[in-house]
Amino acid sequence: MKNKAAIIFLITALSALLTGMLFGLFAALQYLIPEFLKELIPFHKMRPFHVTTVITWIVLCATGSIYFYLTQIEKLKLFSNKLMKLHLIVFLITGLGIYLSYIFGRMEGREYLAFTPILTIPILFGWLLFGINYFKTMLKQVKNWPVYYWMWGTGIVFMMIHLTEAHLWLFPYFREHVIKDLTVQWKSYGSFVGSWNMLVYGISIYVMARIKGNDAIGRGKLAFFFYFLGLTNLMFGWAHHTYILPTQPWIRYVAYGVSMTEWIILGYMIYDWKKNLSQTKKDSYPLAYRFLVTTDFWIFINLIIALLFSIPAINFFTHGTHITVAHSMGTTIGINTTILFASLLYIVSKISAFSKKQETLIKRGLWGFNITLFLFFSALLVAGAKRSHWMYAGNDTSFSNMQDSLFWVYMAFFVFGIALTTSISIIGLPILKKLINSLRV
Amino acid sequence: MTQKTKYNFFIITILITLFVVFNGLIYTSNENENPIKLTEQGLHGQRLWQENNCWSCHQTYGLGGYLGPDLTNVYSAENKGPLYIKAFLNSGVKAMPKFNFSEAEKEALVTYLKFIDSTGYYPNYNAKFKPNGWVELEYKNEK
Ligand code: HEC
Repeated sequence: MKNKAAIIFLITALSALLTGMLFGLFAALQYLIPEFLKELIPFHKMRPFHVTTVITWIVLCATGSIYFYLTQIEKLKLFSNKLMKLHLIVFLITGLGIYLSYIFGRMEGREYLAFTPILTIPILFGWLLFGINYFKTMLKQVKNWPVYYWMWGTGIVFMMIHLTEAHLWLFPYFREHVIKDLTVQWKSYGSFVGSWNMLVYGISIYVMARIKGNDAIGRGKLAFFFYFLGLTNLMFGWAHHTYILPTQPWIRYVAYGVSMTEWIILGYMIYDWKKNLSQTKKDSYPLAYRFLVTTDFWIFINLIIALLFSIPAINFFTHGTHITVAHSMGTTIGINTTILFASLLYIVSKISAFSKKQETLIKRGLWGFNITLFLFFSALLVAGAKRSHWMYAGNDTSFSNMQDSLFWVYMAFFVFGIALTTSISIIGLPILKKLINSLRV
Repeated sequence: MTQKTKYNFFIITILITLFVVFNGLIYTSNENENPIKLTEQGLHGQRLWQENNCWSCHQTYGLGGYLGPDLTNVYSAENKGPLYIKAFLNSGVKAMPKFNFSEAEKEALVTYLKFIDSTGYYPNYNAKFKPNGWVELEYKNEK
């Protein structure tokens, strides 16, 4: 039996990625010609469209992948197919609701979750359905879980916790106290991202284990050590977003301490690479594998940046600049998107193989992706460095002069953005076609 | 349940216990120097700030979008202040949208920004740097 619902999750996710990037380009255009299109496609309207749509990509692709693995690869019997379908329908209708809320200008929410807050209820309900189905299925049929099953379970539960936490401002007790409110808001965002990372990183370990044909990487002591480290960071490591808030210092101390544990991950990556350096290159590995190798590269770069700006003295200067944006683009595109592409390629390989020509095209797309993402990322770093310089050393120039002086950097950002969108489309469109075809047969 | 599963549950239980305590402390913590609450008018301003997506371009404490300037201390900045803020709101300068706020709404937004201004400094120009990478912020009203 095929799992159509899982495939529809994936198709929706991929479509969201392709449209979400276009929204992003429209939004970026406003940096270049602020007065030109601001009536037609105002930045403050385009940004929520962009953000919601690309988050949809990550979340739905992870969800669809997990449903697919459980039913089609692991051949487990889902606790309830009806619940899965209901989950899909709830998400699709809520998605529609969110866009309608945006189109009609009902954006009472906040950054990242700008839609009218009532829509959070069906989103939470969808996660609840996912959670019930997941745990009911897994607890009964699988003993001695490998790490990725723990990660998915954790991701689902914490997704619900932090989505709820992100809406605590609805209570006057929180929103009346601006500093506490901001702290809780950014705490929830940090952990929200941590939660989807549990889903996505779990997927990367799963796909790697399947490609290699052995489950050792999902079962070793080390895998669990990193899982618990990740969970600790999810819970307590978010506060580098809020170092600069006048909260009580202990909150910031904890964050600093916890964030620094990530050096262990960095150290381990370098150690692991050195160990593997002598092994011969395996060209015969499937496409999915190449994407996971790319992931490693982006983890490395982003981890270094994240570690540096988790040091308060460095954070002081990078906070509030595009360096933060560079980091979020580097992680969501460089890390999450490459893992999710690997997952999609692995799934497609189970449905119907790509032709040689298509494979070559996707490989080229991946090269284009890496190069353009690197340039895109660098443009943001430059813009951030200039803004920081303006904030701390150039305060006699006005804000608009500073923005004007960045024109060519924003231009580069925009052009690389177009190139990146093109590369991602080169990779994504053939996959989308395969997925749609698989529904037909 | 296998031995390993038990062991994992044990660690998770510890983490979750810490997490609950930690959340409790954060949810009940008061701002360092400023336990005053937003007034009704300030809350109205906050609502307008959200409904009109001011956050998509502006930041408070560096948090928000970067198309416009940070507004944490715009209320008390030299040569700026309430009239300056009001003048901007319906002006449509540069990338800023041309809003159509009533006088009461402008007043509410100013009250909100005034409150934010009273909570602290951003950028925190007088922060002190420590050799271990720590930064000691300057808090408002601490002197
Ligand atoms: C589409 C982006 C955008 C949105 C949305 C936006 N602004 Fe602005 N705003 C700007 C830009 C850009 C400037 C700087 C204009 C200049 O100095 O050239 C600005 C300037 C300001 C200033 C003057 C700041 C200073 O230090 O000079 C204030 C106050 C302000 N905006 C308030 C608001 C409020 C309140 C809202 C929401 C109701 C809002 N803005 C929404 C883009 C935006």
